[in-house]
Amino acid sequence: MPSVLFYLFAAITLLFGVGVVVARNPVASALSLVCSFTGLAALFISLDAYFIGTLQILVYAGAVMVLFLFIIMLLDIKAAEGRQTNYATAVGGLLLAVLFTVQIAMVLGDFKEGNKTLADQTLNLGAAASKTSLNTIKDELAEGTLPDAKLMGFTLFDKYPFQLQVVGLLLLAGTVGVVVLSKRDRGGKEEVS
Amino acid sequence: MITLNDYLLVAGILFAIGLAGVVVRRNIIVIYMCLEMMLSAANLTLVAFSRFHLVDGAPDYAAQSLVFFTITVAAAEVAVGLAIIVALFRAKQSVDVESVTKLKG
Amino acid sequence: MTVLLGSIDLTFLAISLAKIIVLTFMVILPMVAYSVMAERRGAAIMQDRVGPNRTNLPLTLLGFKKDLSIFGMGGLLQPMADGLKFILKEDFTPKHVRTFYFWLAPALTMVPALLTCAVLPFGSELNLGFLGLAHPVKAVIADLNVGPLYTFAIASLGVYGIVLAGWSSNSKYPFLGAVRSSSQMISYELSLGLAIVPVLMVFGELNLGKIAAAQDADGWLVLPLWGDGLSPGRLLLWIPMLISFVIFTIAMFAETNRMPFDLPECETELVAGYHTEYSSMKFALFFLGEYAAMIIGSGLAVTLFLGGWSIPFGPLLGLGYTPGATPLWLGLLHIATFFAKVIVFILFFIGVRWTVPRFRYDQLMKLGWLWMFEIALANVLLTAVIMWLVPLK
Repeated sequence: MPSVLFYLFAAITLLFGVGVVVARNPVASALSLVCSFTGLAALFISLDAYFIGTLQILVYAGAVMVLFLFIIMLLDIKAAEGRQTNYATAVGGLLLAVLFTVQIAMVLGDFKEGNKTLADQTLNLGAAASKTSLNTIKDELAEGTLPDAKLMGFTLFDKYPFQLQVVGLLLLAGTVGVVVLSKRDRGGKEEVS
Repeated sequence: MITLNDYLLVAGILFAIGLAGVVVRRNIIVIYMCLEMMLSAANLTLVAFSRFHLVDGAPDYAAQSLVFFTITVAAAEVAVGLAIIVALFRAKQSVDVESVTKLKG
Repeated sequence: MTVLLGSIDLTFLAISLAKIIVLTFMVILPMVAYSVMAERRGAAIMQDRVGPNRTNLPLTLLGFKKDLSIFGMGGLLQPMADGLKFILKEDFTPKHVRTFYFWLAPALTMVPALLTCAVLPFGSELNLGFLGLAHPVKAVIADLNVGPLYTFAIASLGVYGIVLAGWSSNSKYPFLGAVRSSSQMISYELSLGLAIVPVLMVFGELNLGKIAAAQDADGWLVLPLWGDGLSPGRLLLWIPMLISFVIFTIAMFAETNRMPFDLPECETELVAGYHTEYSSMKFALFFLGEYAAMIIGSGLAVTLFLGGWSIPFGPLLGLGYTPGATPLWLGLLHIATFFAKVIVFILFFIGVRWTVPRFRYDQLMKLGWLWMFEIALANVLLTAVIMWLVPLK
């Protein structure tokens, strides 16, 4: 049963990923990417990463791709139909992808550590419960559920508070940057591109 | 049963697809989407490693924190990048990468 | 999933399936249909009209003298008649549309709205011992530890349906409606998310079921009058919680494109907004998707702020929830309480629709970005300060 689900979602992720590249219409590309990300989120959840999986849908599928779709529609970008495909680059890209995949496969073939299955690595929640200091996390671990979001938040604020602040600052800078970039120059001067 | 290698292979293939997209496509927005795909593929490897490297019986949340940061930075990057694309479109009326050849001389 | 899959067995699968079928198809969908009718009747009452009151069982077709009205109240079969009408009408696809996306869009509005009900705890638990089940069944489809996040994630997918509908219609007004709608939804999602941050801070919990149970024991967030709700900390927290509740409700109106924020389908400016080109069942899906989103939104607001399935002053009356030992009748009563609260919330939605006038679009954006967003942020800070000064426990 689990392997069936894995193959299903891996197939969704990869096939729609191919769809992004081959679709001529940018809207089709964007929608394929949404589907691909949804499959990816399912793969995250299959790895017990509920929080990251939800975040993947919330941020990528819910916000980032809407932004993409918005820009595509606003700029009214015509599909690249009618235009000749450049076969040289197409073959080059395909070759690159195949070479990369073959290389990954060969590296993984030698990676003995990677032959562990999920069954070999069952979560030991009781052991985790005895190690944590926070009561709410400890209680849930003792109950036998994985308090994914809480552990994640604990790690973020306990181990990486400085990095979190920096990311916040980066987001602020990004917001200001976007506002400045997308503001039309009303002085009648030539626009910066 | 599914092994760590299976997850890594899926991530690798996804990355390869994204890479091929960046090379093949000329629409700058699609190129951007392919970049996002490559970032997500990297995230998948991180989450897979986090799950298969148990710390005290729970997944290694250091790796998932890295994914959290990647997603956040990627979101900021997309917003700025799309603003740049809009500015570019205003100047050139095109989103084809081959239209941006001013520095070619 | 490994944790989840270890516990998968046929009973679990059967119970989940039963919950999905009962909740989605036998409760939410009829509620959608009847909230449309409640809207029409409510509008009629508020505008001093009669409203749809004649649709009864058509016994006259079979040769009887009179149609049979159910419960002596006319018009209760109106939703069936409406549904039949939508199916029988001509399904017209205009020539100039992008067909594939045009067909995809209605489904994309309906499905996310229904998916979000998976994490809503619609009751405490049902003790089905007479069916041979050892453990009581939790009255929630998926007991996720990231409940509110999941709801937001899936609800944010709803914008695709509207955007695609507007874009694929390939004409001016739908497109303007779609642009308006998506920017409105993205703007108000911020306030919506920030409004529940104080709630999550107070509970220290992301599991909606546990949030509801905590409110059952300690008093609802907007009515903290029993349990240890009388502690000064809880009473001080009443202020930020009320602010949160108001912001959440307003943002919910904007998210579901309801009056006074129904700019995407504002008929005086945009004909019918993003679904101008749609007809028959495809139009009905948009229409029903809006109501489904409304019901789920009400469910979320009820769960977070109004105590979910908990009965007011329940522990004092002996109607509280004790994990694992709640009798069946009390479980059923909890479910009834939840849906009663949701229905009251929907009636509030309807009342507001026919009371306040529509905003102008720039006013809407200004309200969202200049007021709601800032107040929600300040509210998070206020909650933090209160929780720091007066520790809860």
